[in-house]
Amino acid sequence: MTAAHLLRGRVWKYGDSVSTDVIFPGKYTYTLRTPEEIAPHALEDLDPEFARGVRPGDIVVAGRNWGCGSSREQAATCLVANGVGAVVAASFSRIFFRNAWNNCLPAVTCPAAAAAIEPGDVIEVDLDRCLVRCPAGDFSFPPLSPALREILDAGGLIPWAQRRLAG
Amino acid sequence: MAAPPRTFAQKALARAAGLAAVEVGQVVDARPDLALSHDNTAAIRQIWLRFGRERVAIPERMAITLDHAVPAPTPRHAQNHAEVRRFVAEQGITHFYEVGRGICHQVFSEEALLEPGQLILGSDSHTPHFGWMGAFGAGIGRSEMAVVWATGELWLRVPESLRIELQGTPPPWVSAKDAALHVIGALGEDGGLYASVEIAGEAVARFSLESRMALANMMAEMGAKTSYLEPDEAVFRWLAERRVRRVAREGRSGGDGEPSTAAIADEAARLQAGALYPDPGAPYTATRRFDLSAIPITVARPHRVDHTIELSDLGEVHVDQAFIGTCTNGRLEDLEIAHRILKGRRVAAGTRLLIVPASSEVLQMALARGWVEDLVASGAHFGTPGCGPCMGNHQGVLAPGEVCVSSANRNFRGRMGEPSAEIYLASPAVVAASAVLGRIASPAEVMES
Repeated sequence: MTAAHLLRGRVWKYGDSVSTDVIFPGKYTYTLRTPEEIAPHALEDLDPEFARGVRPGDIVVAGRNWGCGSSREQAATCLVANGVGAVVAASFSRIFFRNAWNNCLPAVTCPAAAAAIEPGDVIEVDLDRCLVRCPAGDFSFPPLSPALREILDAGGLIPWAQRRLAG
Repeated sequence: MAAPPRTFAQKALARAAGLAAVEVGQVVDARPDLALSHDNTAAIRQIWLRFGRERVAIPERMAITLDHAVPAPTPRHAQNHAEVRRFVAEQGITHFYEVGRGICHQVFSEEALLEPGQLILGSDSHTPHFGWMGAFGAGIGRSEMAVVWATGELWLRVPESLRIELQGTPPPWVSAKDAALHVIGALGEDGGLYASVEIAGEAVARFSLESRMALANMMAEMGAKTSYLEPDEAVFRWLAERRVRRVAREGRSGGDGEPSTAAIADEAARLQAGALYPDPGAPYTATRRFDLSAIPITVARPHRVDHTIELSDLGEVHVDQAFIGTCTNGRLEDLEIAHRILKGRRVAAGTRLLIVPASSEVLQMALARGWVEDLVASGAHFGTPGCGPCMGNHQGVLAPGEVCVSSANRNFRGRMGEPSAEIYLASPAVVAASAVLGRIASPAEVMES
C-alpha cells in the first residue's frame, strides 16, 4: 500500500451545499495561479480560520453537494496547496469531484461517515479497504472506479494522459 | 432482439466515442466537437505546456472568448488577456472572440459553432447551456481541458437521466426563468446531481429559443452534467441561417450577398439529420411533471438557488442594485421585457440598474430598436457585453451588506465579490420592476400603476 491510499488527519467539518465561490472566490480566479498564491485564500468566505490553522494531512468533511457551482479547479487545488489529504462528503458536485481526483485529492462519498464525524476528530480514510475510520465507528464506501484508481496511481490526470500519449 | 430504448445521453456519448451503443455507467473516451474556454485559457495553457508539445491537437475544434473580466479591470487581468491572445495567434485558433463580443455560451450559439447531437466540453460550469439546441454540453476543469487540447478526447462516464416534463401555459409575467427557479426549488440544488436532465413536454416547443437557453443554462444549478431539450424546426432554422452566413463570411468568396433560402433549407435538413432524440421508454431515474399554469413568479433568496419563494410571499426587500445580464438572462427578449417595463419610468432613487447584454449582437439589436436609448433615459447604465459582475470580478460588484436582485443563475455567498452582500435571483421582468420601485416587486405592480 502506498501512502496515498491511506490518509490520516484531523478534521475540519462543514455543512451542506458549500459552493466553490466560498471555497475559492471568483475574484481571484484569473490572476492567482501558483500554489503559494492560492493557498492563503482557501475557504476564505466560509471559514477564515481554515487557511491560518490547516496542517498538512488534515481532512475536510462536509455534507451534501460539496463544491457546487463554478468549474474552477482552484477549489480543489487550493486544498491541495494547503496539504489537505482528502475530502469526505455526503455528496459532491460532479466537477469538483473530477477536479479533486485529477489532482490526487481523494474525494470520498460517504454520507454515514460525514454525518458521524465531529469537528476536530482524527480520522483515517483507507482507499484500499474502502473504509472511513472515525471515533464514532468504521464506515464503508463503494470501491473506487477503475478510471479514478488509474488516475490516482498515475499521480494525477496530466501524468495519466502523458502516459497514454506515450502509448 | 430489439435494441433497448436509450436516453439522449447514451446516444450522444456513443456518437462522441465512436461506439454503436453505450450503457449508463460506462466510461468512454469521448471526442468533443467543440472545446470551450475563456479568460481561463492562459491558465489552461500553463497546464498544457506540461505535455511538451508545440501544437495543440485540435485547433479547429477549439473556441475561445474573452468574457469573464472584460474590459480588463486590472493590469493583471490585462496580462492574462494578452497571454490568451498570444496563445491563440501561436496556435492558429480561428474561433477566437475578443473583449466585447460577449459571453462564450451566447456567442458560440450565435456563431453556430455547435450542432444538435454534438458534444461540447467547456472549462465553464454553465456548458450545459448548449442543451437548448439538443447538444450534450458538460463543464470540465482546467486540467481536463489541457488533456482535451493535447489528446482531442477525455474520459466521461455515461450519466443517468432525469426527465422533467413541462405542460401548460405560464400565467402573465411568469417566464422560463421562473419555471427553472421553481423546478430547482422543488427538486433541490442537488436534485439533478450528476444527471443528464432532459426537459420535455408539450410546453417546450412554445418557449422561444432564448427562453430555452435560459432553461438549459439553469439546470447547471441543480447539479446537471448536461441538459437537453428536443430540437425542433425552429432550432434547425436558426442555426442553419447563422451557419450559412458564417461559412460564407469565412470563405474566400467573402459572403457577398444574402445566402439563398435553398442553401439555408439544405443546411437545416443536414442539422436535423444529425439531431438525437431519446427513445420512447428510455430509462430515467425519475420523471417529474410541472404544470406551468400553476407556477408563480419565483425568486431565489440568499444564498442558495433552491431557497425559492413565491414573489407575493417575499415581503419588502430594498434593492441597492438591479442587474440584468449573464448567460442566463442577458438576451434580446430579456432586454425587450425590461424596456417594456422601464420605458417612460425612472429607476428609483437609492437604486441603480446595471444592464450587461450577453453579446455584441444583442447590444446591436437593442440599439437598433431604440431600447438602449430609452433604458438609459430611465436611469439604467450599460456594461460591456460579457459576464459582468456575475462572479465578482468587476463591473458592478457589491458593497458590504448591499442587496442585488439579479437575472443571473447564482446567488452563493460572496458570488458578486462581497460575502456580506445578498443576491436574489429573479426573471428580467422582476429585476426591471424592482429597479423602478426600489424594492423586489412584481412587474404587474409597475404596469398597473
